[in-house]
Amino acid sequence: MEASTVLKLNGLVKRFGSILANDDVTLHLQKGEVLALLGENGAGKTTLMNMLFGHYLPDSGNIEIRGVNGDLVPLELGNPSAALASGIGMVHQHFTLAENITAFDNITLGAESLFSLRRNQRKAEKKINNIMSNSGLEAPLDIPVGRLSVGERQRVEILKALYRDAHILVLDEPTAVLTPQEADALFSNLRRMTNHGLSVIFITHKMREVLSFSDRLVVLRQGKNVGSMETSNASEKKIARLMVGSETQKVSPKRITPGSPILSLNDISVAGRSKRDSLQNISLILKSHEILGIAGISGNGQNVLADLISGLASPYKGSILLKGVAIQNINPLNMIKLGFGRIPEDRHRQGIVGGLSVSENMVIERLDDPLIQNFGFLRSSVINDNAQTLSEKYDVRGPGIDQASRLLSGGNIQKLILARVFEQQPEIILANQPTRGLDMGAASDVQRHLIEARDRGGGVILISEDLDEILGLADRIVVMRDGNLNDVNSSSREAIGLMMAGESV
Amino acid sequence: MIRIEPREKISNSSTIFIPIIAAIVSLLFAAIPIISAGANPLIAYVEMAKGVFGSVFAVSEMLTRATPLIFTGLAAAIAFRAKLWNIGAEGQLYLGAIAAVTVGSGFFDLPAIFLLPLIIVLGACAGAVGMVAPTYLKVRFGADEVVTTLLLNFIIIIFLQMLLEGPLQDPMGLGWPQSAPILDQGMFPPLIDRMRVHSGLILAVILAVIAHFMIKHSVWGFKLRAVGENSSAAKHAGININRSLFGVALLSGGLAGLAGVSEVAGLKGYLTADLSPGFGYAGIVVAMLAGLSPIGVIIASVFIASVFVGADSMSRAMGISSFLADLVVSVSLLCVLVGGFIARFKIVRAGTGTRFYD
Repeated sequence: MEASTVLKLNGLVKRFGSILANDDVTLHLQKGEVLALLGENGAGKTTLMNMLFGHYLPDSGNIEIRGVNGDLVPLELGNPSAALASGIGMVHQHFTLAENITAFDNITLGAESLFSLRRNQRKAEKKINNIMSNSGLEAPLDIPVGRLSVGERQRVEILKALYRDAHILVLDEPTAVLTPQEADALFSNLRRMTNHGLSVIFITHKMREVLSFSDRLVVLRQGKNVGSMETSNASEKKIARLMVGSETQKVSPKRITPGSPILSLNDISVAGRSKRDSLQNISLILKSHEILGIAGISGNGQNVLADLISGLASPYKGSILLKGVAIQNINPLNMIKLGFGRIPEDRHRQGIVGGLSVSENMVIERLDDPLIQNFGFLRSSVINDNAQTLSEKYDVRGPGIDQASRLLSGGNIQKLILARVFEQQPEIILANQPTRGLDMGAASDVQRHLIEARDRGGGVILISEDLDEILGLADRIVVMRDGNLNDVNSSSREAIGLMMAGESV
Repeated sequence: MIRIEPREKISNSSTIFIPIIAAIVSLLFAAIPIISAGANPLIAYVEMAKGVFGSVFAVSEMLTRATPLIFTGLAAAIAFRAKLWNIGAEGQLYLGAIAAVTVGSGFFDLPAIFLLPLIIVLGACAGAVGMVAPTYLKVRFGADEVVTTLLLNFIIIIFLQMLLEGPLQDPMGLGWPQSAPILDQGMFPPLIDRMRVHSGLILAVILAVIAHFMIKHSVWGFKLRAVGENSSAAKHAGININRSLFGVALLSGGLAGLAGVSEVAGLKGYLTADLSPGFGYAGIVVAMLAGLSPIGVIIASVFIASVFVGADSMSRAMGISSFLADLVVSVSLLCVLVGGFIARFKIVRAGTGTRFYD
């Protein structure tokens, strides 16, 4: 091994009950390198990083890290403070910032001596300013973090790690919350820092980022390191094959001509949690035979729009027309009866009732149906047969249809919801982040069903943060920003990205 | 660092053995105060068993004690299933009892076949009325029903005391704060001659069986479970949460009201302000012990009634302080609750967790 190795993971094994999360994983990181860690959901990426950071204790294996004198020394396992002290910084996907205090306080919090009475504020400020000018990561230090944008918060999170003299930075899905432009800026800043000697591991499942920004990549599958290569030798096909073990086909629908309008929102306003996250005078037309993609950074009114179409929120102004007729009672039950199929964003919280069985969850939206009930009593044989049939048809796998649905994996929960929604042949489908967190197989199942529904004559509203998904599936794209909808004329990533960031094109 | 996680599956053997082990452990613990009171714990436990199962009279006493617990236990179990925390069964019990003596003590002079059902229905309605305001406040303004139902208990008891010294006071009662007695034809018929156990028990058991069936097999029960397990998913799926909550609230209040009816029209005959030694609150313990299952409520009520009656009779037979009986009751309840907790949850050391994050 060359002298410039800063980190080595040797044969790490981690078992959770019967699940082998990491199986003899060995990898190394060079100084000044950007290493991409790829894998499907459940491949063991986060477990591996949690062992590196001392959150989990490996069952066997060890970790070596470059010490002060330049030699590799073993890292004390299962101890986050040891990991911090040896210069490992971790930026989690969900930020760990206190929102009510300033960025400066967040950065210095916990890094000061407990026993000094006075804070050495000037020295800390100087250090942070130094880091900011070296790395290009700028963030306002003196206002509460709660008022910063997501991109700024992420920079504060990275500054926090660098302030603790991290020389190895681990980023867990850093671009999930960023616009393409913000992501590009982040990576160019990371590149500046690696030129100063920082080494970076970033976890992702976005091919594009891996191919354009990393030096080397490691693919995990079912807890094993199944391949590592120089990025210059990699291709999208090669990586996908490693990730899933076989080649998958990208879903790319045939374009068809949309039909007549079936749903129109006229000048609708809905109150949300904040001004930015509410709908202001929006109008929208959905046609049959059409997938309408709604792009945008989350928190710009997408969830309010989803709530409106699901029947959970009512407008204080404007009207919704279904085939030209105004919908009077906007509530979930009425929307279901009018032929709306809804795939909610949070499948655990809104999609299923975890304590009810799989078969019960498959009929929960049609309890009034005389097929399901007789004088108020459930027809359990019909309900079970229905679940049996749908489980086979939609490939829902789990411990059994009479078992609690919370025992299913995320992908199977989503398939349960698909079965429930698509079996009713809805005319209008709302899919809110339908493939988030799913592995490639389940994600392409979801996309296939959306395309089938469109081909059958339905209209699909697809809300997604994944621009690649929208570009691949949607027949028409609108961008949501600050509670407004803007039509997209060009289909270039760059133009859409700029609109997501709020710039006029 | 330790963490507590729910078990995904509760094994069959643990549901049978953990309560038995808990009962044995509780007997071991309870032996300490018995020994220090100067009695032989083995003899004490024999006396305790005799006091519960030793004679027809003993069994009758135990079942008499279990009857109101089944009603209040059902009231709590059904409400808690929907995550509606009705702590007001004590007050609703008194509302039911007030209704029972109001209509039963001569207001209507009807034959038994009409009067007893009338008392039952009106008593249940009165209990249900006690849940209207707390549920409305919860649904409309988000007021915490734990607070509102609990505080309503005190209001109702003071209201009762006013009634017992005013309009409801028995004119023949020599000035005691008690109501006029319920007419003979308004009383629950006894189950065994010259014993106190009455047919209110039959009503309680039938209602428990019906509740069990309805929760499992009716659309109403489906909605109740969905609302309790995950109200936002239930709402998204088109279930009217507020309507479900109101239905459950009225039913829960009604069942608690029946506890009052059964005590006053099955046992005492007239109403005083100390009708219930906390049956409303004990119902919460019964429901938790039963794992919120209506059939389990019957078993849990019999268990708690056995401990109460057995410990009481033991302290009399052994000549030891009756406070020891309360102690035995508390220790065994704690042991069984801890046992139930161990059956449902597991304790994990952090870092070795079985959760699989990725």
